[in-house]
Amino acid sequence: MSETTTPADPVYVTDALIGEDIDAYLDTHQHKTMLRFITCGSVDDGKSTLIGRLLYDSKMIFEDQLAALESDSKKVGTQGQEIDFALLVDGLAAEREQGITIDVAYRFFNTEKRKFIVADCPGHEQYTRNMITGASTADLAVILVDARKGVLVQTRRHSYLCHLIGIRNIVLAVNKMDLVDYSRDVFDSIVAAYAAFAKSIGIDSFTAMPISGFKGDNITTRSPKTSWYAGPTLIDHLETVEVNSSLDADKPFRLPVQWVNRPNLDFRGFSGLIATGTVKPGDAVRVLPSGKTSTVTRIVTMPAAGAEPGDGDLDRAMAGQSVTLCFADEIDCSRGNVIAVADNPPEVADQFEATLVWLNDAALHVGRSYWLKLGTQMVSATIQEPKYSVNVNTMEHLAAKTLELNEIGVAELTTDKPIVFEPYTDNRTLGGFILIDKLTNATVAAGMLNFSLRRSQNVHWQAIDIGRAAHAGLKNQQPAVLWFTGLSGSGKSTIANLVEKKLHRMNRHTFLLDGDNVRHGLNKDLGFTEADRIENIRRVGEVARLMTDAGLIVITAFISPFRAEREMVRGLIADGEFFEVFIDTPLSVAEERDVKGLYKKARSGQLKNFTGIDSPYEAPAKPEIRIDTTRITPDEAASLIVDKLLGDA
Amino acid sequence: MSDSAKQTLTHLERLEAEAIHIIREVAAEATRPVMLYSVGKDSAVMLHLARKAFYPSPPPFPLLHVDTTWKFQEMYKLRDKMAELSGMELLVYHNPEAMERGINPFDHGALHTDMWKTEGLKQGLDKWGFDAAFGGARRDEEKSRAKERIFSFRTASHGWDPKSQRPELWNLYNARKNKGESIRVFPISNWTELDVWQYIHLNDIPIVPLYFAAKRPTVERDGMLLMVDDARFPLLPGEVPVERSIRFRTLGCYPLTGAVESAAKTLPEVIQETLLTTTSERQGRAIDKDSGGAGMEKKKQEGYF
Repeated sequence: MSETTTPADPVYVTDALIGEDIDAYLDTHQHKTMLRFITCGSVDDGKSTLIGRLLYDSKMIFEDQLAALESDSKKVGTQGQEIDFALLVDGLAAEREQGITIDVAYRFFNTEKRKFIVADCPGHEQYTRNMITGASTADLAVILVDARKGVLVQTRRHSYLCHLIGIRNIVLAVNKMDLVDYSRDVFDSIVAAYAAFAKSIGIDSFTAMPISGFKGDNITTRSPKTSWYAGPTLIDHLETVEVNSSLDADKPFRLPVQWVNRPNLDFRGFSGLIATGTVKPGDAVRVLPSGKTSTVTRIVTMPAAGAEPGDGDLDRAMAGQSVTLCFADEIDCSRGNVIAVADNPPEVADQFEATLVWLNDAALHVGRSYWLKLGTQMVSATIQEPKYSVNVNTMEHLAAKTLELNEIGVAELTTDKPIVFEPYTDNRTLGGFILIDKLTNATVAAGMLNFSLRRSQNVHWQAIDIGRAAHAGLKNQQPAVLWFTGLSGSGKSTIANLVEKKLHRMNRHTFLLDGDNVRHGLNKDLGFTEADRIENIRRVGEVARLMTDAGLIVITAFISPFRAEREMVRGLIADGEFFEVFIDTPLSVAEERDVKGLYKKARSGQLKNFTGIDSPYEAPAKPEIRIDTTRITPDEAASLIVDKLLGDA
Repeated sequence: MSDSAKQTLTHLERLEAEAIHIIREVAAEATRPVMLYSVGKDSAVMLHLARKAFYPSPPPFPLLHVDTTWKFQEMYKLRDKMAELSGMELLVYHNPEAMERGINPFDHGALHTDMWKTEGLKQGLDKWGFDAAFGGARRDEEKSRAKERIFSFRTASHGWDPKSQRPELWNLYNARKNKGESIRVFPISNWTELDVWQYIHLNDIPIVPLYFAAKRPTVERDGMLLMVDDARFPLLPGEVPVERSIRFRTLGCYPLTGAVESAAKTLPEVIQETLLTTTSERQGRAIDKDSGGAGMEKKKQEGYF
C-alpha cells in the first residue's frame, strides 16, 4: 500500500470499547438507529470509491479482503499502484471486466450512532431502473459531482429521480476536490449551478459538501485543506439526519393486511407491517374498502421463550413494525384490506392519474391488462395513452404514445376493482405500486398514484330491471362467446360461418363479429400497430360482453395473436361463458392456401407486422376447443364445436 | 421515558419488521413455500423470525434440510429439537446418487459440495414441488450476494441470471412466476454478521454449541483446524487428534469447516472475538476459494444457494 492512501485515523469505531467492555458496546449497538441511503452520480464521479472508503474507514474490510484488494488493485485497478477502493464494491464478474457498476449493490457499515445501508446506484443511462430501485427504499441520497466537471446531465437526471421517488434529504457531494486544489471558487460555483437547477424541479433544500473519497477529506474528519468550509462531514450529516420511519409515525394509522392469522376458533388476528401512524389497544379502526369499524383489543407479538402467552402483547405499535391486531368484533377483513384509524380513513377509487417509470424492454401496451400490486392489493389495471413523457435531462414534457424502457410519464389508469390508496406524496405504501406483465410475470413498471379521478366516484353502474338472466330466459338459451383464434388463412371465418348456420337452424340466437366488418365501422379509427391491435380486441371483447348480457351466443373470428389480449377478454366475460376455439392450422398449410394473397405480400416485405411472418402468434395453452384442420373438414369442425358448446352449456 | 416519546425504531427492530413482512408475503403469495434450514446461526435467526411472523400459529410451511450426512453431530441434534419446538414439519433430503456413490469430502473435493448441496438442493425442491424457498443468505457475506434481490427469481432449471433480475421497489415483491419456475427468498438480506449475533443474544435463540469454545479433538491440515467429529475421519499416517479449545464461526460439513482457537464461552465473548477478528467470515469455508474471485457468482448461476 502506498503512503498516500493511508486513511486518516477512523474516529467512529469504538475499538477500545469492544476490547474493554463488550457488554457496553453491545448495548450501544443495540440502540442504534438505521439510515438507508443511495449514492448516485455519473460514471466516473467516484461512487464506488466513496463507498469503498466508508467501508475501509469503518473497518468493515478484513485482512484477507484487504490482501485480495491490494493484489487486485495492481492487476485490474484503475489507480496505478494505489489501492482502488472501487474494486471492493464492484461485485459481479461482468462488471469487473467492463470496469463499470451495472446493478444496485447494497453495503453495510456502522458508526457509533447508526447502522447504514448503502445502495450503490449505477450512473449509466440505460440503468435508470436500478437507480429507481435503490432510491425507493432510501431515506437520503448522496449525489456525487466530479469537481472538475460540475453539474452534468446525469446529475440532473439522478436528482430528478430522487425527488420523484420522494427522497427529502439530498446531499450534493462535490467529489475529487483534491484534483482542483481544494478550490473554494470551484465548489461555490458548482453549488450555485446546482441550487438553480434544484429549485426548478422543486427540491427545496439540499446539503452541499466538498469531499475527496479517494483521499478521505471531509468523510469522517474535517479536512484541513478546506478550512473555508464550515459545514458537517459526510458521516456527521448521515448520523444526524431524520429517517423516514420517524416521519411516518406522525401520519394517520394505516396497516395493509398481509395475512389473516387463524390457528383455532378462539383466535383471529390480522397481520401486517404498519405503513404509517401508531396504534394502541382501545383504538377505533375502520377496515377498507368495506368501511366496517371495530376496536383494537390486542397487539400480538411472540413472547420470549418461557414466557406466558400474551406476554409479547404491546401497549403501542408504530410505523415500521410488523404486528398482528385483534378486534373486538367479528368483522370481515382479509389480505388486501387496509386497517385505518376510524375517523380518518384513506380513499377508495378505481381511476387514477399516475406517474410511471417504465422498467422493461417491452414498452407499455396502452389498453393491455397488467397486474397492479399496491401494498398487499393485487388487481388488474389498464393504462391509457400517456398525457406526456418527461425528458429526464431537461425535464421537458413531451407528447407520447407509449413508454419505453427507462422512460417516465404521466398517464391515467383504471383498475378492475376499487383499491384503497393515498397519493404517493402522502403515503409511499398506499401510493406506490408496481405493474407486472401477466404473461412473462416481469415487473415492467414502477408507479406513483398522484390522485383519483373524480369520474370514479361519479359514474355509477345503471341498475337495470331486466337483467341478463331475463334476456337469456326469453331466448331459452345460455349466452356464450365462441372466440375463434388462429393464423390468417387458418379457416376461422369459414368454420365460424358454418357454426352460426348450424346454431341458427337450431333456433339459437347468435351474432357473428367478423374482423374485417368490425374494422369498417366500430374500429375504423384503428390501424395495425401493436397498440391499435390491442384496442381493436378490447372493443370487440366489450361488445361481445354486452351481447352476452343481451342473451346472445356471440361468435368472433379474429387472429387475436396475443395470449394477454385473449385472457383480457376472458376476464370480461362471465365464468363458463367464454370458449376459446383454437383453429390450429400449421403456418406452412395456411401459407400454401393463402386465400387473400397476404402471405405472399408479407414475405416480399410489402406487408409489415404480419402474424406468423414478422409478428408472433402465441398459441393458446389450454383452449376450450382445439380444431386440427389438417385432419377434419370444416363441416366436421363446425359440428364438433356446436356439440361442445351445447353439451357444456 | 414515556412510551409515546419513542419515535424511532432501532436498526434491529427495523430489520426484524422487514424480515417478518417478507416471510408473510411469501406465505400469502407462493403456492408451496419451504424454509431451507441449515442449522447454522443464520438459519436459527430466520426460523425465529418465521415463528414470530405467524405466532400464535406455527409457520405455514415446512423446514427442508438438504443434508450431506457429513454435518457435525451437534447440528443434527439441534435440528430435530428446533423442528419440534416450532411445530413445523421437517423434511430431510439426501441426494440418492451421492449416497450410492459414497461421495464424501475426503475423497471427492469439490464434487462433494456439488452433488450433495447444489444438486441435492435442486432435487429436493423438485421432489416436493416447492415454488418458493427461504434462505438465510446475507448481502454482507460476499460480493455477488450484495447485488442479489430479496426475491431472487430462478428459471425452471434453477439458474440465476444476474443481468435480468426483477427490479425490486419499496417493499413490493413480485412473487408471480410460471409453472416450474421458482423464487429464492432471503429475508435477512440486510443483516450483517454482527446483527445476527446481537439478535441471537437479545432473543436467547438456541444455536449449536459448536459456536462456543470448548475442548475438542482436532487435527491441523493445510492450515485449517479440523475437528474429528466421528469415526469416519481418516487420519493420515502419524496424525493424532489433539485436544484444543476451539469454536466455529460458520458451520457446514465438519471435514470442510475450519475451527478457530478460542476461549470465547459466552455470546458476548463470541461477539467480541468476531468484532476484533481480522479475517472475513466465509474464509473458513473451502467453497469460496474455487474458481477465483467469481467463485460464488458462478456457483449461484449453477443453482447453489
